[in-house]
Amino acid sequence: MSYNKKHVSVTLPGVRGLSSSSGPRVCIVGGGPAGFYTAQQLLKARQDAAVDVYERLPVPFGLVRFGVAPDHPEVKNVINTFTQTAQHERCSFHGNVNVGKDVTIDELRQAYHAVVLSYGAEGNRSMGIPGEDLPGVFSAKDFVGWYNGLPSNKELRPDLSCETAVILGQGNVALDVARILLAPVEMLKETDITQNALKALAGSKVRRVLIVGRRGPLQIACTIKELREMVNLPNSRADMLPADFEGIAEALKDLPRPRKRLTELMMKAAKEGGDDKAEKCWGFRFFRSPVEVIAGADGKRATGIRLALNKLEGSGESARAEVTGQMEDVDCGLIISSIGYKSIPIDPAVPFDPRRAIVPNEMGRVQDTAGLYCSGWVKRGPTGVIATTMNDSFDTARVLIQDMEAGKLDLSVNKPGAQAITALLQTRGVRTVLFSQWEKINAEEEKRGKFLGKPREKLLDVDEMLKIWTDARFMSFENCSFKRKLCWILCFMHLFTKYRLYQ
Amino acid sequence: MAASAAVRSAVSLTQRFVRVSPDCSICPLYRLNACTGATDGFTAPSRRLRTSIGVCQSGDSSSPEEEERVVNVVYIDRCGPEDSCPRPGAGENALHLAHKHGVDLEGACEASLACSTCHVYVSSEHYEKLPEPEEREDDMLDMAPMLQENSRLGCQIVLTPELDGMELTLPKVTRNFYVDGHLPKPH
Repeated sequence: MSYNKKHVSVTLPGVRGLSSSSGPRVCIVGGGPAGFYTAQQLLKARQDAAVDVYERLPVPFGLVRFGVAPDHPEVKNVINTFTQTAQHERCSFHGNVNVGKDVTIDELRQAYHAVVLSYGAEGNRSMGIPGEDLPGVFSAKDFVGWYNGLPSNKELRPDLSCETAVILGQGNVALDVARILLAPVEMLKETDITQNALKALAGSKVRRVLIVGRRGPLQIACTIKELREMVNLPNSRADMLPADFEGIAEALKDLPRPRKRLTELMMKAAKEGGDDKAEKCWGFRFFRSPVEVIAGADGKRATGIRLALNKLEGSGESARAEVTGQMEDVDCGLIISSIGYKSIPIDPAVPFDPRRAIVPNEMGRVQDTAGLYCSGWVKRGPTGVIATTMNDSFDTARVLIQDMEAGKLDLSVNKPGAQAITALLQTRGVRTVLFSQWEKINAEEEKRGKFLGKPREKLLDVDEMLKIWTDARFMSFENCSFKRKLCWILCFMHLFTKYRLYQ
Repeated sequence: MAASAAVRSAVSLTQRFVRVSPDCSICPLYRLNACTGATDGFTAPSRRLRTSIGVCQSGDSSSPEEEERVVNVVYIDRCGPEDSCPRPGAGENALHLAHKHGVDLEGACEASLACSTCHVYVSSEHYEKLPEPEEREDDMLDMAPMLQENSRLGCQIVLTPELDGMELTLPKVTRNFYVDGHLPKPH
């Protein structure tokens, strides 16, 4: 299917033209939770501020769309808040703009009074072990992107024909992956998981998932909600090693409430196990670090993983894992590394700390760079739930407003904002996607989903997304739904009858 | 007569913004001797006290206009039968009421127990009157920064007449502390 790739220059209704506005103009790089929450606060705090959000994909919402698990639809309700922000008259969304490539940070800084970097963490930490690049080994970020329809992961095609899967890391992402691997397909098929992932999971032979961590039960990074979902998974039982829990019961009473409740639930699951007749099983394995991915006889794919056994030095959150020298091999055909996302530098003009993989900053003000701010994971590191990012984004917005009011940003200079950047992008042949156009893509996804009994069927192809909003402008009568056709016919009949009577 | 006159004059105050200085004794930062004292001077609406339309205050709402740290308090009072204040709907929850009256209580998941953004501290005498939280609410509260003994999720607080006069304080969460100083580790 081909379409005319010539760039069409058109001003659509609803595009804000604030050429005569004299208020502060702020640019936000990244259309995920951090970007939208920062925008929300700026718009609320300053009635004269205009905020423009730039996003690399044609579709907004970042990890809310591509990271939150398909069976957690309530977590995605926050999209309604973000939609309100995007539809605000002083806010505009520009999708399909790759900042750093299509437009530089310096160009944005010239067009705006302030630029906020909220572009999150699109890379992942690697294990740094031999065999990590063998087929059968994936990062959790890519695996999650695959079942959530991230365009760059649509060709992942993980082989799910093995019995055992090993996940390295014990955070919420690791538990999401484990849960999706073991959840009944009847439950998944009513979610917005992609059709190709659903088909692959329906044919999956994976029956056992081990979730491996370097340290002990008291250092586990997941939260209780996700653990409870594992414990309650239908047709599955928990399978843990009693030795891993030695000394834990005694430590319970001194723990703060969240850690205590989490540990109690874990111990209960370890002790009770579950229904012996269950076909699937899952379990934590503690005090183990990956040292090598073992390849099969032909050397072509992963067939196991070698784990080093650790002991713990110290206690509590700061306990460290020390090697003991002992090793253990686990047979498995699917290895998923869930040890953390990682931000990457966006533009040479922006300082970047490669060790911590964040943009160095003081409370959201980028170091040594006036007028540049950051919020979300690129500011603090890739940890925390939406609520954490929300608070963090509010903090950055607060700091930015303070700087405006203290005169640290020169608001007396008029900045052209989106007008200048859109013009620049047009000359470079970049098709931006406005929010109203995302809404057409959204409607198409919901329509396709309805046909399949799902809330939506995500489009996986950027070209297809760009095509949808183009085609929508030329929607023909034949493509209308039956109801709409009927309405048109009745309308014509009414007009026809009316004018005949008046003849 | 005097009482209803006082109530009627209080009603006319309901639309005004009022600032109230905080009670340091409930603040975990103060208790940990980690209080930094000064406010950042940010005067967004979210840092001001607002009384709701359905509120009738009793006479003693003296409010020192201090610039020191301001705490959000939502008064959700029920009107007595002798005046004409509109009442919040029976069974309405604290989050919806806050939104109706423009209080900046976030509700990211829209009351579906999937986040902790509507975390509030409940005034102690009313906390006891609330029904026990269900397990799912406790699970979400565990993720809220600056958790306290009197923490609840606003979307789970259903307003009933016995909660008359309840004060809900929005946590000031510029840093990710737990009550005991625990810093959440990366995950």
